[in-house]
Amino acid sequence: MILIFEAVVMKITAGFLGDKMEKQLHSIIEIEQVSYRYEKEDVLENINLTIHEGAFLGIVGPNGSGKSTLLKLVLGLLKTQNGEIRLFGQEISRFKDWHKIGFVSQKANSFNTGFPATVYEVVSSGLTKKLGLFKFMKREHHMKVTQAIDSVGLLAFKDRNIGELSGGQQQRVFIARALVSDPKLMILDEPTVGVDAQNVQSFYEMLDELNKKLGITLLLVTHDIGTISDKVTHVACLNKHLHFHGKTEEFEQLKMDEMSEFYGHDVHILTHEHDHHHHHHGGSEQ
Amino acid sequence: MIAGILQYEFLQNAFLTGIIIGIIAPLIGVFIVVRRLSLIADALSHVTLAGIAASLLLEKKFIGLSGLNPLYMGMVFSVTGSLFIEKLRAVYKHYQELAIPIILSGGIGLGAIFISLADGFNTDLFSYLFGSVSAVSRADLWTILVISIFVIAMILLLYKELFLLSFDEEHAKASGIAAKSIHFIFIVMVALVIAASMRIVGILLVSSLMTLPVAASIRIAKGFKQTIFYSVLFGETSVLGGLMLSYYLDLAPGGMIVIIAVLILILTILIKKLTVKVAV
Repeated sequence: MILIFEAVVMKITAGFLGDKMEKQLHSIIEIEQVSYRYEKEDVLENINLTIHEGAFLGIVGPNGSGKSTLLKLVLGLLKTQNGEIRLFGQEISRFKDWHKIGFVSQKANSFNTGFPATVYEVVSSGLTKKLGLFKFMKREHHMKVTQAIDSVGLLAFKDRNIGELSGGQQQRVFIARALVSDPKLMILDEPTVGVDAQNVQSFYEMLDELNKKLGITLLLVTHDIGTISDKVTHVACLNKHLHFHGKTEEFEQLKMDEMSEFYGHDVHILTHEHDHHHHHHGGSEQ
Repeated sequence: MIAGILQYEFLQNAFLTGIIIGIIAPLIGVFIVVRRLSLIADALSHVTLAGIAASLLLEKKFIGLSGLNPLYMGMVFSVTGSLFIEKLRAVYKHYQELAIPIILSGGIGLGAIFISLADGFNTDLFSYLFGSVSAVSRADLWTILVISIFVIAMILLLYKELFLLSFDEEHAKASGIAAKSIHFIFIVMVALVIAASMRIVGILLVSSLMTLPVAASIRIAKGFKQTIFYSVLFGETSVLGGLMLSYYLDLAPGGMIVIIAVLILILTILIKKLTVKVAV
């Protein structure tokens, strides 16, 4: 079963571009033969993944599939043990332009909601590192902040305290905070945790706009296969190995019952081997 | 009273010092409160007490040290205490709040030993506990002025970093900010402000001047800068009102200052309730 998925050839970029054009697109992230193990447990095995400029890639996988480890490796929070990661064409250990990468963590939801700060102030804090020590915001920075708030559709809320906003709106604030330093790549870790179902749809529409209008490459990690499949341009299924990576249309073409079988089956193996507590994802949602 | 201020140096000292600490105590207090470190101020003020007691003891036992200003020893103890708190918070990663009772009781314990070694002190100690209108010297005023210029400058210069560290410590670290160094500077500033403020409000009530105005401010402010503004406004009102009342009624200023701060807090809670009702 797994062989079928690994056999799917990865084709990247939008369909209307010819094959020759494809090769000229810059790769933003290149992951080559990366494996990672904690103590005795293999978390990632031989991962190969390339993300090109302008893509909106969703990485799906159940809990314990190595998603967070992969993110930490890409963000440089963990050091690679085997294989190589290149960001914007540069080896990760030599990569310096971290401001090109915006990160929105799942934990953004667990901040102190009583904190007395306006949306504007929170978004401004995204410039802290870029401005540097002892530097103050200038007019151009204030314009950037307003723009970022506008592009997540919260301009009317800019002077509200962040605690007064809904979970979905708060997550948009954190997207704006990441946007304000002009990232080329934005990495989102389970961004819709804590966002109510009604607003998840419009949240993804906003991401879609960032991707299409501002040309920001997006990498989104989630355990929820159902909600992302019609939003992203590319999908990668991760469960220690990379089982599928390709365009969303190809992913959709896979027979869904096979998909769920694979997904459930593989989760089961993981449970068996590592005695993990787990939830079933994917299958039931299809 | 105005005439009194113009006439007597001790009143000038008290009021100028009051105006200064009315700014810096709530200013640093905002960062303490939003980082949920309110009790650190309490712990450090009790360590400062140990320093004062040590200084008074030395003064009593050694005639040669009679000119020793207890403020300095208080500061040394307070800053040392803040470093210990940081060390303990690192040791007890999962029980970080443990550092506070450890340092607090350690401070009182040391203070009690020093006081009994000296066979008790005169009324001096009372003024350190609850503040005093008459005890602030010109030298104290200068020391406190230097401290506050340092603290205000640091907060202005590190405002972005302090804000980010307070709002989202994890993000601050992930974005590559020197979180450890900035936190270190912050905690030393807290220790200095406590030592500076205790002359007016007294050791036992210092932490309330850092937290009560902020607690009131958070109820009504929109945003962080407004929170700082209202905190300083409420703090200043409490200090000046408290000093004036205690001068006329001949009471310890610390008590008056704190009671005014409590009244402001109650008022803001009531106002907030009323405005919410009106809005509904």
